[in-house]
Amino acid sequence: MFSKAKIAGLAAGISFLALGSAQAVEIEYWQYVFDSRVQAMDQLIKNFEAANPDITVKHTTFPYADYQTRVVAAKVAGQGPDVVQLFYGWLDNFVSGELIQPLDPAVFPTAEIESDFFPIVSAMKRGDSYYGLPTAVRSLALFYNKALFEEAGIANPPSNLEELLAAAEATVKRDGGGNIISEGITMDMAGQDHHWWREALIRQNGGVPYDAEGNVAYNDAAGAAALKFYTDLQTEQKVGLVGFMDEGQAAFRAGLAAMTIDGTFRLGAFESNPFEWGVVELPADANGVRSNYSSYFANAIGASAQGEEKIAAEKFLAYISSPEAMEVWLDIVGELPARRDVALTETNLNDPIKGPFLKGLEYAHTTKFYDEAAQRQTAIDMVNRVLLEGQSVEDSLAQAAAAEQAIIDAATK
Amino acid sequence: MASATAKQGAGSTRFWDRLNMSTKRVIWAWTFLALPILFYAAIRFYPTFTAFWLSLTDWDLLRPANFIGFANYQKMFADPVFWKVFQNTFLYLLVGTPVSLIISFVIAYYLDRVRFMHGFIRALYFLPFLTTAAAMGWVWRWFYQPLPIGVINGFLSTIGMEQQPFLRSTLQALPSILVPAIWAGLGFQIIIFMAGIRAIPSTFYEAAKIDGLGDWAILRKITVPLLKPTTVFLVVFSSIGFLRIFDQVYNMTSNDPGGPLNATKPIVLMIYQTAFSSYQMGYAAAQTVVLFTILLVVSLLQLYVLREKK
Repeated sequence: MFSKAKIAGLAAGISFLALGSAQAVEIEYWQYVFDSRVQAMDQLIKNFEAANPDITVKHTTFPYADYQTRVVAAKVAGQGPDVVQLFYGWLDNFVSGELIQPLDPAVFPTAEIESDFFPIVSAMKRGDSYYGLPTAVRSLALFYNKALFEEAGIANPPSNLEELLAAAEATVKRDGGGNIISEGITMDMAGQDHHWWREALIRQNGGVPYDAEGNVAYNDAAGAAALKFYTDLQTEQKVGLVGFMDEGQAAFRAGLAAMTIDGTFRLGAFESNPFEWGVVELPADANGVRSNYSSYFANAIGASAQGEEKIAAEKFLAYISSPEAMEVWLDIVGELPARRDVALTETNLNDPIKGPFLKGLEYAHTTKFYDEAAQRQTAIDMVNRVLLEGQSVEDSLAQAAAAEQAIIDAATK
Repeated sequence: MASATAKQGAGSTRFWDRLNMSTKRVIWAWTFLALPILFYAAIRFYPTFTAFWLSLTDWDLLRPANFIGFANYQKMFADPVFWKVFQNTFLYLLVGTPVSLIISFVIAYYLDRVRFMHGFIRALYFLPFLTTAAAMGWVWRWFYQPLPIGVINGFLSTIGMEQQPFLRSTLQALPSILVPAIWAGLGFQIIIFMAGIRAIPSTFYEAAKIDGLGDWAILRKITVPLLKPTTVFLVVFSSIGFLRIFDQVYNMTSNDPGGPLNATKPIVLMIYQTAFSSYQMGYAAAQTVVLFTILLVVSLLQLYVLREKK
């Protein structure tokens, strides 16, 4: 296979550097526990070890909630991993904490990275150096419940925001007292909606969420229009309710929401839904402008890997970011390949499920988070102030912008 | 420990023999006492003192800690969220403790007189105390859901009342979390109160009856005063519990921990988020110092107010 030949070539190139280190090297790979990810990685490690009999890879996993703390604690104890998985948003912390080292451009040429991977890989770049490479990437799409659409007599899923509102109004169900008993569209800022607002709605209203320096730039008419569109779903159109069934994805799974915005990572959970559902790209605005949010976990080389361990770690990283590995990952985990030529094949683009997510990648943005949980909280609070305290959209937006800017300032000082 | 002493004894037999009985006894006693003291020093006191030091630094786990004086405290006292959290913590305490004690006393007082299925009823009250707070938090979280899932709102709409937002309201959320928290602790408090009530000699009651005192007077003059040690214990115990409330809040609001808009966030949850979500260990340590101070002051105050008057 072509891709195998490419890997063999790359591996041969690296093993040239490793000449003279014939004895076995053990390197350690760390990621968080998620069943299918662990399975996929075990498979990749098996393939890698078969091709490199002189290297063994120890696969260590931690629960997601502890993951960062473990990596940090291991660094303090001087026993860090050789190859480590990290969320792109943690990069600044990992770099400033000296947990990982930059990739050697001789082994991972910058020009190749930039031509082969989706442009969102640039979130792993600081200065002139790349600090890691993803195996798979995620994007958002609109999930819809085909049964509820049919019941409401809607033939096609919405392709723009206007159609989204119409579909939501047609599918929402209310009781005699006006209470929603089945949502038209879920509202869950704690889920993926804050990404939808930041990277899609603001841009579709003519703004940008952050300026070139990474400072908050949404405190303007565009940001306010985007926020108003979102809160109006509950206050004006009354097609969704924050907190309905606790989480948007729960409402959708229970068949009590006609539409929800969620990511590729939800595909596994939705697979067992007891009804037919479909996926379409996030709705465009009136001018046909689309946007999307993409995120990913990248793999990086631990700061403690030196000498032959570093060479082995580089080989392993090259393998797990190879086209072959991405296909294994796509099969087992269902996440989209991070290399354009592996992802954008005819088969994948025509796939009714993968297609919309892949198309989204072409125009996706990746928010540069400094403290993802805290920044998401500012968005949650912004919506709550409007919905629960009756604050005006403009005031709430200004307050959110100030709070988020404070987080950015604290992180970049 | 014993073998270490034995070895020492073998090495200097004459020294050991010269000691008199009471000195030996003291040495033995201190040898045994040293173990828990050392344990406490290493596991409790050392980390506590380290936390005081950390609160004066900007430690973020990754980089070495720098001394920054009282900057963390200045930041905390200037932060409106901290004062909101401070207020919430005291609301949990000032509502939770008296309400739970009054309810548990009333139940204990009457349960003590019930003979029919006494054990069964007592077990029913005790059951929630045995349940994991996380499991309970999630069940209650679903009780409070809007229609068509929430049981409570389902009931309200059946009897024609408007549905309530409960956890989705800045006003109702904190009481909504307090209800299961109080309910969960009732079983324990009832058992302790009943033990206290049973420990009061029945001769007191008989004497009072002979003197013609009514039930209310007996309760006021005999039962309540004689239950004072029990009450002091429960007040201190439950106050510390409410000041440290975390599991219920976190599990009932985990999508927006301590929300909406910090309406339910207690100080422990704020510490948790500062430390393990934002990794600002120094700032989190400053918050723990404040919590430590609150716990200390509240406990000392209660012991003083409820002290035995001599």
